[in-house]
Amino acid sequence: MTTLDDLRAACEARAATPTDRVADVEPRFVAYPTSTDEVSRLLRAAAAHQLHVVVRGGGTKLHWGGPPSAADLILDTGKLTGVVEHAAGDLIAVIRAGTPLAEVQRVLARSGQRLPLDEMLPGATLGGVVATGAAGPLRLRHGTARDQVIGLTVVRADGVVAHSGGKVVKNVAGYDLGRLLAGSYGTLGVLTEIAVKLTPIPAARAFVRRPVRTPAEVRDLSVRLKQERLAPVALEVECPAPDGARRTATRVPGHPDLMVLLLEGPADGVAARAAKAVEVLGGDARADAEPPDWWGSYPFGPDDLALQVVTPVGQLFGPVYSMRDAARGTGIRIFCSPAAGVLHAAVPGDVDPDRAVEIVNAARTVAMSHGGHCTVLAAPPKVRPEIDLWGPVEGIGLMRAVKHEFDPAGRLAPGRFVGGI
Amino acid sequence: MEVPARLAAVAERLVASLGPHSVLTDPAELRTYECDGLARYAVSPGLVVLPETTEQVVETVRACRDADLPFVARGSGTGLSGGALPRSDGVLIVTSRMRRILEVDLDAECAIVEPGVINLAISREVSPAHYHYAPDPSSQQICSIGGNVAENSGGAHCLKYGFTAHHVTGLEIVTPDGDVVWLGGGKCRQSTGYDLLGVFIGSEGTLGIATKVVVRLVQTQQCVETVLAAFEDMASAGEAVSAIIAAGITPAAIEMMDALSIEAAEQAVDCRYPDGAGAVLIVELDGPADDVAAELAAVTARCEQSGAFELRRAADEYERGEIWKGRKSAFAAVGRISPDYIVQDGVIPRTALPEVLADIAALSERTGIRVANVFHAGDGNLHPLVLYDESVPGQGDAAEEVSGAILDLCIGHGGSITGEHGVGVDKAKHLPKMFTADDLDTMQLVRCAFDPAQRCNPGKVFPTPRLCGEVPRRGAAPHPAQAAGLAEAF
Repeated sequence: MTTLDDLRAACEARAATPTDRVADVEPRFVAYPTSTDEVSRLLRAAAAHQLHVVVRGGGTKLHWGGPPSAADLILDTGKLTGVVEHAAGDLIAVIRAGTPLAEVQRVLARSGQRLPLDEMLPGATLGGVVATGAAGPLRLRHGTARDQVIGLTVVRADGVVAHSGGKVVKNVAGYDLGRLLAGSYGTLGVLTEIAVKLTPIPAARAFVRRPVRTPAEVRDLSVRLKQERLAPVALEVECPAPDGARRTATRVPGHPDLMVLLLEGPADGVAARAAKAVEVLGGDARADAEPPDWWGSYPFGPDDLALQVVTPVGQLFGPVYSMRDAARGTGIRIFCSPAAGVLHAAVPGDVDPDRAVEIVNAARTVAMSHGGHCTVLAAPPKVRPEIDLWGPVEGIGLMRAVKHEFDPAGRLAPGRFVGGI
Repeated sequence: MEVPARLAAVAERLVASLGPHSVLTDPAELRTYECDGLARYAVSPGLVVLPETTEQVVETVRACRDADLPFVARGSGTGLSGGALPRSDGVLIVTSRMRRILEVDLDAECAIVEPGVINLAISREVSPAHYHYAPDPSSQQICSIGGNVAENSGGAHCLKYGFTAHHVTGLEIVTPDGDVVWLGGGKCRQSTGYDLLGVFIGSEGTLGIATKVVVRLVQTQQCVETVLAAFEDMASAGEAVSAIIAAGITPAAIEMMDALSIEAAEQAVDCRYPDGAGAVLIVELDGPADDVAAELAAVTARCEQSGAFELRRAADEYERGEIWKGRKSAFAAVGRISPDYIVQDGVIPRTALPEVLADIAALSERTGIRVANVFHAGDGNLHPLVLYDESVPGQGDAAEEVSGAILDLCIGHGGSITGEHGVGVDKAKHLPKMFTADDLDTMQLVRCAFDPAQRCNPGKVFPTPRLCGEVPRRGAAPHPAQAAGLAEAF
């Protein structure tokens, strides 16, 4: 009996090919479990053969985090799909982890509902979004994935199946493993089913957009909007990379940043608020029914250096200035959520490694001076060894202890997470 | 060394470092702390310490560690599950003297407070700037923020605004080993690494003691509307709730009371709810004025269609207070119509409300134990008040049985045994009905990471705490090939 035979006894499995690579690591096997039970059996087999396991959903964020120090087995959730339960009257759903988020939204929309999470990368699965804590504009009103998860089924590295939470919104029985597992990059267990709370699709939406020239202007306008209490669902700013950025150190006139406010609710209320927002923002503000084309996406592509900066609300302008300064002619593109204190930045992947380090350090230093942090979500191979991806992490000792308890042999996505976890 | 001797040594050490006014050893004084809000469980603590700073908490926890004594943290003692029940062989660390609001940062929309700060005090502090702290347990005039963190408390407005876990972004904790660690993003809303903050909130004091809490402040909405709707029976009121939710409206709160709880509230606070009401709904809407106007029209229509025979809209803050008075006083008011009662806390999917209420009524009928129903209808969090008279032989036990049977109903409908009060000691025995041994075992991996010596609030939440050295199920299953009879293990 070969290792592959043993894996096949659990579920469909095959030998890996070069296209299954994770970062530069070549896995040996790929398996496609279709149920929690199969995941459990697969992980027991993997444990028996001491295989290191990396979970793959849509593969859209597989290059995020550190490259795994070993990845013998790719656990592909492509067949672990489907909405198990949608209780529309209770505003909850139970969904298998490998289900594409777009599919989830399509099913929920039939009942006039949605999961208030943005599909930041087309093809992302619910499990991948939860495991990486990826979030977009809606985070301002609804929080990130961890705030939507009310229950989950997880399979531990040793194959033991565990549940936490449940199918009700209000529930404080036992530890909230949903929050612990959300954003853990597949290092504590394999999510198989996730129970989430839902919201109604709003009757109306309006996007109010206004060109802006400087981060300071964004800050001033944000303060004015706040005073009006317009209850936006999202507030985003796009700072585009200027044309010819690689040739000139200055920003090119004619490429202003764009600030966009999303309002949702009853039709009359949204119309009234949109009119008010246009008035408050002044300038060339206008309301639109559709979002700008960059809305709900990341500024970076798969080959770029991808940064996430978090600061207290109202403090993002400092990191934006410092990153632009450090980037000089590099063509950095930034999407900000100033009211949530989060920005994402893209530095072209062919950037000189020294310059990349400079940009990351600039962003990190300023963010940390405000009590925030800067994470390198993804980095091109030639830049990665030069950069501390995560920066300093508070509580790392406790995090290592948690990892040790859940996965003492370090078999799940080793090296992918903070502090080499 | 015997426990009393170790307690005495800890008392001596802490008197020397914290001062005598922070350490209680007099048995009469200790008895003051023998129970929290759940008087059925009472234990006189071995020692009570009242620290005023993080450093003093550290000193106390280290003294416990060095003497190998358990400790329990306590805030205002308003929990209703015995989560802060002291240990006679341990130290009770009371945070009520740690009640400073350390910083209010309106630009960052947050505040940093000590754990003994009363929930409502935060909102009072920032209300002139039109901000508030959203989670509002019914006991918010007295409960502490540290206790809210321990229990992940909610309240009437959870439906729209979420719980403590949604509104606390950072915690300074003292670990069971006496180290000071920050969890979460602090003033930032996102953090890096495992969400230890998220798992600490609601862990009922079993993972450490919170000594500073960073809370989000929420802008007070432009407009608030509160409506009281009276129905002949609970079924019609329940139908109205479903219709409101189905209309895509998320009210700030939807509360429901049945005839018995209305009767109690009337007797206690003369709230003057409509005559003949078999059920009332309190619906609160908040947001921008035009949105609220549209939602109010929709809510009014849904209530009327579902059979509301009277609708009262609060015209001002005073009338809003009058509407809420009956609901907010309901628990205490029940004391007027029954010498003793149990406040139960279970959760069901909202759509199961009619069935569960009918089952509770049948249970009440069968046992002769009256049950008053007050609950957060929007999120299915029931608070049945199980009424009894301790002086009648057997009635206390019967009430306990009814109370437990209600939890079984919640579990049977896919719900939970607690929505906001916690598991504590009271419901630890029910936890295995919701979770398998593997589920509980996995949760306790977190406990083992934080508190391998099990010194921090031991005996709470989990019915059978295991020693962290044991790993009962890890790797216990046979290899698949072995299971299939294809290989043998040697």
